[in-house]
Amino acid sequence: MKRNQIINALLALVFLLFPLAVTSDYYRHLAILALMWVVIGGSWNLLAGYTGQISFGHAIFFGTGAYAAGILADKLGLSAWWGLALGGPAAVLMGLIIGFICFRLRGPYFALATIAAGEICRLIAVNWESMTNGMVGILLIQSFRSKVPYYYLALALAGASLLVFSRAMKSKWGFYFVSIREDQDAAESLGINASLYKNLSLAISAFFTGTTGAFYMNYMAFIDPEVVFSLPYISIMAILVAIIGGVATIWGPAVGAFIMVGIQETFRSAIFGLAPKWVSQSHALVFGLMVIFVILYLANGVVGDWPKIKRLLVRSPKTGDAAWLSLKRGKSERPSEG
Amino acid sequence: MAFFEAREVGKTFGGLKALSDVSFTVNQGEIFGLIGPNGAGKTTIFNLINQFYPMTTGDILFKGKSIKGMKTHRICHLGIGRTFQVVKPLKRLTVLENVMASAFCRVNTFKEARELALETLEFCNLMSEKDKPAKSLPIAGRKRLEITRALATKPELLLLDETAAGLNPAELDEAIELILKMRDRGITIIIIEHLMKVIMTISHRIHCINYGRTIAEGTPGEVANNPEVIEAYLGESYA
Repeated sequence: MKRNQIINALLALVFLLFPLAVTSDYYRHLAILALMWVVIGGSWNLLAGYTGQISFGHAIFFGTGAYAAGILADKLGLSAWWGLALGGPAAVLMGLIIGFICFRLRGPYFALATIAAGEICRLIAVNWESMTNGMVGILLIQSFRSKVPYYYLALALAGASLLVFSRAMKSKWGFYFVSIREDQDAAESLGINASLYKNLSLAISAFFTGTTGAFYMNYMAFIDPEVVFSLPYISIMAILVAIIGGVATIWGPAVGAFIMVGIQETFRSAIFGLAPKWVSQSHALVFGLMVIFVILYLANGVVGDWPKIKRLLVRSPKTGDAAWLSLKRGKSERPSEG
Repeated sequence: MAFFEAREVGKTFGGLKALSDVSFTVNQGEIFGLIGPNGAGKTTIFNLINQFYPMTTGDILFKGKSIKGMKTHRICHLGIGRTFQVVKPLKRLTVLENVMASAFCRVNTFKEARELALETLEFCNLMSEKDKPAKSLPIAGRKRLEITRALATKPELLLLDETAAGLNPAELDEAIELILKMRDRGITIIIIEHLMKVIMTISHRIHCINYGRTIAEGTPGEVANNPEVIEAYLGESYA
């Protein structure tokens, strides 16, 4: 307990001081992206990892939040920052509509329905030109030239989401979410209103994803449907972040976000310009290979299987003198087992 | 006013009549046995009571009020708990967490839920297993966990679906002891059971169904000597 608090305090300090120590806009930008993915991955994890409702449609909430901010600025002439307050609720509203339809289905059928819902939303955004400008997208002017304010905003969002998720999971809600994941029929016979709590989990998840979408609009100052409603780059990425970091763990998606953004950027830049140009096209392939590797060897992700990784990385040279190796082993849940 | 009453309850699945016109009343504090050959419709009655699916005809009254059409989770809050014949533990949670999840039916904070869960585990003699994952329990433990979990929702009426099936003789005695202990606590119990040793020793009254119809009701002695019951279980030549 004590040790964890110290680690948390140190982590917070590192993140607070980061933009002061790192002046390169490039690395600040990467950090902002990673922090955004901390929120989205964590949101996906709440709904899918803990509540067991696998979503392939988180782009719906991200896109709704982003367009809420964009439309407020573009059509109503308000500041896009209002989107930060309204993007979340807009995504919740969208989430409840999606939930109303898709929660009639269970398991893989729910997952399939969310893919369809995501594509429907993307096509609406493409075709409803009077509202969304269609494929032209929405272009705004950034409020700040410096990355520092955006960084702190993303950090606050990430911190708030982690706080909410960890609090929720230690409460009645968390127990109910996990019970529904484990066995919905048993949960209902134990007095759990499965429909209510699934929608609650969805609403929290959509809220944070939507708020992040609104932040993205403000930060990037440009959105179009192919970016913010993207199945591979938003919905699937959210899943990868959580799976690689560790499904059904609080810190998993946070760690996964940094790993994924790191890898994505490494490949996008063709290993920092050292490799031939075609390497930059191969990050999807690398993600695929990574998922296969993680599913085969680290089914609980980097965080969930940390004790296993630690054992592999650090071999004790002689028996007995590796006291720091036998640190308390973390509890590892195995989400992929039925 | 009867504590619990099923009035001419019927259920059809498509063209199949699973239950027709089954009526019985259960008095408060009673252990009420429900028996019948395989496929007679016993579990269907439980599924109708806790509204897993809607009944086709008839009505069910709990403490004088109809519970027809209520949601499953509401039934639990009303005070009707149930266990499943095919046990449904929350596999990846520990035994304690399983019971806590159901304790939240009556309390709201983590601390209260933990207390209520520990108390219930103690009552059901499952304290030694509390930190194990539910999936690691053997069948006797899982059946006991089912009861513990249902009990943590503080039911007034408990539906036990074959909680003694698959247990060895020693475990069976423990299971019977637990059921009697719950009755002594004032919990009314409806129990489905195939093991005559269990059902005949603990029930006050027994209701026997076959092919979805009532064939007998009475004290264990009366039911055991009823020719129709003997025929249903052993065949015509024994009746």
